[in-house]
Amino acid sequence: MTRSILSPKRRALAAVAGGASLALALTACGGSGGSDETSGSSGEASSIDCAPYEEFGDIDGTTVHVYTSIVDPEGATMQTSFEPFTECTGVEVDYEASREFEAQLLVRVKAGNAPDIAFLPQPGLLQTIVRDTGTIVPAPDAVSKNVDEFFEPTWKEYGTVDGVFYAAPMDANVKSYVWYSPTAFADAGYEVPETWDDLMALSAQYSEDNDGAIPWCAGVESGDATGWPGTDWVEDMMLRTGGPDVYDQWYKHEIPFNDPQVVAAFDAAGEVLKDPAMVNAGLGGVDSIATTPWTDAGFGLLDGTCFLHRAANFYQTQFPEGTDVSEDGEVYAFYLPTNQTDIKPVEVGGTFAAAFNDRPEVQAFQTYISSADWANAKAKATPNGGWVNANLQLDPENLATEFDRLSASILTDENAIVRFDASDLMPGAVGAGTFWTGIVNWLTGSSTQEVVDQIEASWPAS
Amino acid sequence: MTAVPPTLPASVDAEASKDIQRVGKLSRAERRAIAVKGKLSSPWASGLAIIIAILWTIPSIGLLVTSFRPALDIRRSGWWTTFSDPQFTLDNYNDVLFGSADLASFFVNSIVITLPAVVIPISIALLAAYAFAWIDFKGRNLLFVAVFALQIVPIQITLIPLLAAYVDADINGTFWTVWLSHSIFALPLAIFLLHNFMKEIPSSLIEAARMDGAGHVKIFFQVLMPLLVPAIASFAIFQFLWVWNDLLVGLTFANQDSRPLTVAVADLAGTRGNAWHLLTAGAFVSMIVPLIVFLALQRYFVRGLLAGSVKG
Repeated sequence: MTRSILSPKRRALAAVAGGASLALALTACGGSGGSDETSGSSGEASSIDCAPYEEFGDIDGTTVHVYTSIVDPEGATMQTSFEPFTECTGVEVDYEASREFEAQLLVRVKAGNAPDIAFLPQPGLLQTIVRDTGTIVPAPDAVSKNVDEFFEPTWKEYGTVDGVFYAAPMDANVKSYVWYSPTAFADAGYEVPETWDDLMALSAQYSEDNDGAIPWCAGVESGDATGWPGTDWVEDMMLRTGGPDVYDQWYKHEIPFNDPQVVAAFDAAGEVLKDPAMVNAGLGGVDSIATTPWTDAGFGLLDGTCFLHRAANFYQTQFPEGTDVSEDGEVYAFYLPTNQTDIKPVEVGGTFAAAFNDRPEVQAFQTYISSADWANAKAKATPNGGWVNANLQLDPENLATEFDRLSASILTDENAIVRFDASDLMPGAVGAGTFWTGIVNWLTGSSTQEVVDQIEASWPAS
Repeated sequence: MTAVPPTLPASVDAEASKDIQRVGKLSRAERRAIAVKGKLSSPWASGLAIIIAILWTIPSIGLLVTSFRPALDIRRSGWWTTFSDPQFTLDNYNDVLFGSADLASFFVNSIVITLPAVVIPISIALLAAYAFAWIDFKGRNLLFVAVFALQIVPIQITLIPLLAAYVDADINGTFWTVWLSHSIFALPLAIFLLHNFMKEIPSSLIEAARMDGAGHVKIFFQVLMPLLVPAIASFAIFQFLWVWNDLLVGLTFANQDSRPLTVAVADLAGTRGNAWHLLTAGAFVSMIVPLIVFLALQRYFVRGLLAGSVKG
């Protein structure tokens, strides 16, 4: 098994050994030791067809170093999902995760210490590394073929920079969700709304039925990334008021950020976020959105102080352990509806596997994680749910929860128009800078026009 | 560190009692002056010190209280609400120490990192400081100023070149990178402080030893070392606390298996911050050792703050 599957206790022992003798430490920690030790934790692993990896030759006994932002407990399920690959090929997967991944990856790349594979959480980072350092190697043909076969073409586009395909999509997050309490809906006799107008009518209905109670709760505080949940709101509205084509023009800056269509999207989001009659249920006034942690903003659904909360599918892991997330449970989510009749725009996020090395074992591993085998192995390795990807051959039966199956069905819906989170696609100065701060200003009193003008002025000249 | 309340009240009290002891030897006018001073300033000063101490401690107490609260309470309300509805649990500590985070095993890493990262710079700095203080060689002052000036280099700008050098030397991924980095960053200050301490030792002592036929080695070990113990101890405490609490160096240079406690605590919150309620418990676990070191060696710590700082 991999070195990192060693139990932490054993890791600690290795550390003691390293400390006991300074000279020995070099050898003890420098090599990729412990390769034959098994932890015996491969219970969840399923056997797969090993044929696709034969073309990479004899790679038994080699190691692939993976660096990612996915830490435990999600990291543990990730490692389990790699076990079928290790069984097939004998290649160890050395898994390293850090929450400081994005900053540390750039440090390592610049210092010449890049990992073999990095799971990049946004296409913008892929573009930055490819264009600034040129250290990421193009994906091998086998990966390209897998992605063509298993994913919608838009996903491949997000892993492509300047016409060269680098990174296959891995995880997918569905951001176009509204969280609600099915029990509260059932008690009041409400139906899940089918259009945006229905949703607004339902919000008004709720207020009316409950003496002017405020229906929505929201929060965009997220440390040094404060504002990003608000950008998701605007992006979702952009897809619904402007449509996917305008959305593409928007993040590519083919239309200015202060274009009237962008203003319209902000104002559509403002129908909820800037209306004191709509927000901020149980938390305060409109300006409390900026100071409420996004992780906790939706907890009002559990005790009835909040009625509706727009958040991505990964919000389900925020709810306390033991919360019943199901269609007739304590909380569940419905697709953020649209007035468009022909399409169902879906805002997504996701990670992409980029390689810094073209050794055969690295390419074999890339092939594995772009395959349907991996998607299904990962689904099986995640017994508590909270994971989906956009692989068309991901068998919904393997997904652990009802909610994950809903996410998968939204992603693969034939009317679904999938668009990646625009702030992850814009230049960093905007997408991870002025767009975030603009949202905070917007929520604390600035007008839409002021905010979009400011963001437009900050767009870097290319 | 906000963990330790300042020791102002204690020192103020000590001052006051010293004043009282001295009273007997003074003239009547002086006695009256002291009495007046004591009446007027002392209660105010102590009162102020106590207020500062309390204000200073409140956040730490808040953290401590929070670390014992149930997860949902932490996320939904402030720690002060505990007083109206006290609910405590050890779950957070259990999760942090023995759950998937398993901080207990990172304790070992932190110790393995910290001890050499304290011993190496002190050993080198002692030798260097001796040379700068008592061996006359050409360009000594210039070199000393150069070493001293290295303190102004921010460690952030050295991270990438240093990591590149480690990769070239093929020691990346071992504990050596962390030990060496901490040693490099500590040396300028260590040499400066120990040099100043050594300079304070009367030169007649060194000269007498030389007269008796002692060489540099003998002078260093038999004359200077016993006198230097407090200085070494105080710098060792500084360096220990610095290395133990360091996140940046550990994050950049340590690999998955050698990461210190601080890096593990930083990852406690989970991929999307869904477990941030564990952070307070994690913080207190990582604070235990520095707290013990500080309380046990407080004497040296306060002395160390003054050591070498007045004389250049």
